[in-house]
Amino acid sequence: MQRSRRDFLKLAGVSALGLSAGTLGFLGEGAQAADALPTATDFAKPAKAKQWGMVIDTAKFDDALHKKCIDACHNYHNVPKIEGKQEIKWLWTEEFHGAFPTERPAFLADAQEHRKYLLLCNHCANPACTRVCPTKATFKNDEGLVMMDYHRCIGCRYCMAGCPYGARSFNFRDPGEFIAKDKLNLQYPHRTRGVVEKCTFCVEMLAQGKQPLCVQASGGAMVFGDLEDPKSEIRKVLKEKYAIRRNPSAGTEPSVFYIL
Amino acid sequence: MYNGKYIIPGLIVFLALVLFPFIKGIGLEPLKVETEKPKNSKECVLKTEKMRDVHMVLLNEWRDDVIRNGKRVFTNESGKQFNMSLTNTCMGCHENKDKFCDKCHVEVGVNPYCWTCHNTSPLKKEGEK
Repeated sequence: MQRSRRDFLKLAGVSALGLSAGTLGFLGEGAQAADALPTATDFAKPAKAKQWGMVIDTAKFDDALHKKCIDACHNYHNVPKIEGKQEIKWLWTEEFHGAFPTERPAFLADAQEHRKYLLLCNHCANPACTRVCPTKATFKNDEGLVMMDYHRCIGCRYCMAGCPYGARSFNFRDPGEFIAKDKLNLQYPHRTRGVVEKCTFCVEMLAQGKQPLCVQASGGAMVFGDLEDPKSEIRKVLKEKYAIRRNPSAGTEPSVFYIL
Repeated sequence: MYNGKYIIPGLIVFLALVLFPFIKGIGLEPLKVETEKPKNSKECVLKTEKMRDVHMVLLNEWRDDVIRNGKRVFTNESGKQFNMSLTNTCMGCHENKDKFCDKCHVEVGVNPYCWTCHNTSPLKKEGEK
């Protein structure tokens, strides 16, 4: 935003008045509920993996738990609430035929057909989005996370065309306007107009040795861990129960599994 | 000299225009910007002079380290460790963007776009149109 000196001085005057009221500052009212600022010691013990993955036990979910997980994610990451085609989606729900369009079971059981399925970026082992990105703004890091470097994104949306899961959203407008002021998490940046965004598997939580926020909120209905480690919790779950993935024929090897 | 009556006054006008900012500045106080220092901490990530020179380089390096290399802890010359974060570390101390960052940036006419995403402080929101 271009700001002239005159505007700046006006603003400085207003700010001085506001400060004298003693209610403003970086950690003002909005952030009081939030945790303390993370320091270097919080990152001393990061969680490490070769390929992070997630199992979602869909039978354990109801609408309230879906909402709890989605809110935990969206509130922390400042995901704007926009209705309609310009919606920004990190974590969202869909019915069976929307979630698994390539699975074609005939006479599907009611319980499965009308259940809502929690969807998110699959952090594929062989992602299509990173291959088509001309600036390498989206890339796969050495822990198997499909990451976004918003600083480098030019908003061409090739990744959205490449992703077979619709897991990416484009900011057609300034997302800042669509985040409620009292909900804004000052510890996490929001995005800007003209970049693509998506779920990050809470890379900042993993760096602190914590589980992703949706997994924490799910109360055991989601299991998170290293798919390449045969002794991990997630592999134990997958060994015991039949789980499917979304659109496996796309060949991207998604890392999110669904127990029906 | 051919056309001397045009060239010499022309040169004089040219020199006058080019040197005008320097002549006007003679005897003026050097540019001084008073920024608000953080109240709750005395030590910065780097020495003040160094920060003044290379804070943008440091922030670029932090950005690449955190996002690209997954390295999130910065150790400074005296061995103190910091979380590499503009929002949480820098703005945690320099809580008032208008009284710190903007003071210099506005004075020298630099418009970094860091704050379209980072440091969404209530103060900035209040002042925005």
